[in-house]
Amino acid sequence: MYTFSNKLKTFSIALIILGLIGVGYGFMTSHKSLDDVKTMLAEESSAHGGGHGEVTAHEVVAGHDNDTHSENKGAEVSEHHGDEHAKHVQHQIANRPWSALYVAAFFFMMIALGVLAFYAIQFAAQAGWSPVLFRVMEGITAYLLPGALIVLGIAVASGTSWLGGHYNLFVWMDPEVVAHDKLIQGKSGFLNMTGFIIRGLIFIAGWCTYRYFARKFSIAQDNADVNDNRNFKKLFRISAAFLVFYIYTESMMSWDWIMSVDPHWFSTLFGWYVFASMFVSGITVIALVTIYLKSKGLLPHVNDSHLHDLAKFMFGISIFWTYLWFSQFMLIWYSNIPEEVTYFVTRFQDYQLPFLGMVVMNFVFPLLLLMNSDYKRIPWFVIMAGIVILCGHYIDIFNMIMPATVGDRWFIGIPEISSIMLFAGLFILVVFTALTKAPLLPKGNPFIKESEHFHY
Amino acid sequence: MEESSKVIHAIYTDDDVLMSAVKKVKAEKHHIEEIYTPFPVHGLDKAMGLAPTRIAIAAFMYGCVGLTVAIVMMNFIMIEDWPQNIGGKPSFSYIENMPAFVPIMFELTVFFAAHLMVITFYLRSRMWPFKEAENPDTRTTDDHFLMEIAIHNNEKELADLLKETGAVEINIIDKAH
Repeated sequence: MYTFSNKLKTFSIALIILGLIGVGYGFMTSHKSLDDVKTMLAEESSAHGGGHGEVTAHEVVAGHDNDTHSENKGAEVSEHHGDEHAKHVQHQIANRPWSALYVAAFFFMMIALGVLAFYAIQFAAQAGWSPVLFRVMEGITAYLLPGALIVLGIAVASGTSWLGGHYNLFVWMDPEVVAHDKLIQGKSGFLNMTGFIIRGLIFIAGWCTYRYFARKFSIAQDNADVNDNRNFKKLFRISAAFLVFYIYTESMMSWDWIMSVDPHWFSTLFGWYVFASMFVSGITVIALVTIYLKSKGLLPHVNDSHLHDLAKFMFGISIFWTYLWFSQFMLIWYSNIPEEVTYFVTRFQDYQLPFLGMVVMNFVFPLLLLMNSDYKRIPWFVIMAGIVILCGHYIDIFNMIMPATVGDRWFIGIPEISSIMLFAGLFILVVFTALTKAPLLPKGNPFIKESEHFHY
Repeated sequence: MEESSKVIHAIYTDDDVLMSAVKKVKAEKHHIEEIYTPFPVHGLDKAMGLAPTRIAIAAFMYGCVGLTVAIVMMNFIMIEDWPQNIGGKPSFSYIENMPAFVPIMFELTVFFAAHLMVITFYLRSRMWPFKEAENPDTRTTDDHFLMEIAIHNNEKELADLLKETGAVEINIIDKAH
């Protein structure tokens, strides 16, 4: 049995407290009055030669066409525009702590969900190498229920004025916006608050029911007779069924929880793309937790071949992620249809460093670091590659959400980092508490002998 | 040292017996010239103490060559030599039009890595059409395993050792041409 070390517990609680303070600070400093925003914009435009000044000049020139009141009208238009722009920026600034919280919450939820999918695949495929890691995976998936409820909670709270939000993440939740937007009106059969909540609860209920029974059968298999494999067979069947449910709900979840922040944009392989991101992050976290527990001497049956296999998955799925990222990007770039290409135009204009940096972190790094099969057996090497991959996939989620909510007002500062700390602390607390609940070796699994002697 | 022309052929019918025989022969510090098997025996190379293959490293370098070929070729053709406007694709610099070149860059990398690696394998293991087979005993392609050890005036001792390891047949062959 694993006991949660006091040091790690204190560390996770410290992370949560620091994170909460930072998140609170983020929310407190994001409420700017319109006048504040205007002075800020004025300072900015004077500081860098006035990109906005050009816009004003352009408006004045346009005003000259109506020759009579040209001067007055031009000034009026530009002032009106300035007001609208300031309001827009004010809204973006107010969105930032919400988005930061949402990105971090989603990132840690998606790790647990990715691990759950990996776990189900191991059962459905009757993999012989991985049973020694099942308890680690079960521990990580314990975060799924709280994590997913938090994500849904933040999404709903941001879109309801009575829960403190002001339509900060999803514009389609704002009835004002929908009233003036024919495109969103056309989608309102899918994109409406009731449907969003019901679908979200169905997804979470399905995933967590599988997780609950998988865990139950896994423990029951431990305590069953030597030749009694009934629990394993049940687990096999529900895993296969879960994978079918998962691939549908994961896809819909990605439309609901991520793609709908840009309700004018759509992409058909988006669900797969989000899946690849969560799958590789999940596998990376399995590897990191396994290495941690192994370093404490708690997983005596895990050898460097298990690590090698996990690192191979990290390598392979990183490339799979890149394949999907590039397929989505290149198809849109190539055809250059205005209605869908704006998605990448904003990312190239305002998010160049994170957008291209994440490709380096999620593709080039793992490609070069994890290609050599000797390196895949060295724990610190896998940890280093894993940290880069996890940071890269955080930025991936960041790039999906932020451009739609805060636009060019993004920065990875206190709200973002403290949100990560908050959910990282919660994640560590939940996962390692769950790990103490059962022996780390699932001895009743019919493949456990094979797994203990696995070598590659 | 006088070049020995005599070898001993020990024939086995089971790969497990062969593996333990190899370990025993290695422990007695005899040099195994060659082993012929009808199928890959897992762990045989380790037991024989063979150096690991470097073909993966070669393949990586061939892949880099392929990537370079693709980049240089398309940069010359599409950007430098005749930068036409084809359907509004930007051909001012390589990087601007790069997404369109990635499929070719990828395929040429794989093509070079795969084919040059296979050719390297053929060259290093001396395989080509019309090559004369070097099989000492035709049964080794079906269900027998053969271990070949050179004899240095220790015929009797070696034969006894091999008999002990479970060889079903021991032949002494004079390899003098």
